[in-house]
Amino acid sequence: MAPDAPDLEMMNAALRDFVPHNAALGITMVAASFTPASVTVKMPWSPQLVGNPETEVIHGGAITTLLDAAAGASVFLRLKTAATIATLDLRVDFLGRAPARRDVFARAECYRDTSSVAFVRAIAWVDDPEEPFATAAATFALSTRGRAITEEEVRKGLKP
Amino acid sequence: MSVTTAVESARQSGDFASLVEAIPYLRFLGVRVEVREGRRVAVMPFAEHLVGNPTVPALHGGTLGALLESMAHLELLATTPQGKLPRTITLTIDFLRSGKTRDVFAAAKVVKSGRRVATLQCHAWQEDENAPIATAMVILKVG
Repeated sequence: MAPDAPDLEMMNAALRDFVPHNAALGITMVAASFTPASVTVKMPWSPQLVGNPETEVIHGGAITTLLDAAAGASVFLRLKTAATIATLDLRVDFLGRAPARRDVFARAECYRDTSSVAFVRAIAWVDDPEEPFATAAATFALSTRGRAITEEEVRKGLKP
Repeated sequence: MSVTTAVESARQSGDFASLVEAIPYLRFLGVRVEVREGRRVAVMPFAEHLVGNPTVPALHGGTLGALLESMAHLELLATTPQGKLPRTITLTIDFLRSGKTRDVFAAAKVVKSGRRVATLQCHAWQEDENAPIATAMVILKVG
């Protein structure tokens, strides 16, 4: 029987153990729901993510990665399975500058899926989700090729 | 070297090594910029921490986005009087093929450089430049 709330601990274990680049950026999930298919992720400020040492603001590339990671996770929540998915297109609008030396949050919602494509919108903010500094729209290809990570593999990878 | 000094030095010498070295996130990704046949090419050598999907395996799409966006910034600095690091307004990435666990290359072209904004077209490839793994349209704020 499918659970009615996402297992955040398991999703974070999958992220940490199976997505090396998200782990390298310190990305974790802080909230998730199936309806709507939405996830909130956090990326702690770190010196290695800085794009301009004079402003100490996180590089736009790391924000793109954070939004892509959140968007992908929201697709899994919509499909309720760790299917093989691939980002087709990702558009990011930077509405303003992210404040320096601050953790960044992003929330993505997968609002539609067809047999082959899923559609996602996402935002990134520092203090207030009502005042995002970046917005994004993404489409994902849903593939039957490749092998998805099984829940058993994630559970095996869970640290005791 | 400060970023401002590195930008000026890169613009004068055409050598972007010290500028890339001055940007922590590009060091984290391992990006370097080479001049090949008179044009700038960014290289992101393969590293385990760039992987987004170990079962395919494939590079994280975000790393390709970062590489393409960074190359747009550097190309604008190299080809226009822009004196400081540009800011991205909009970045649109199309992922065409999965990034394999090997080096990635990227190049950018200024499509239009106006007084307020510049539009650049970028592409990233691995084995064959004619079979790009990702393309991006990058809109930058000038000045």
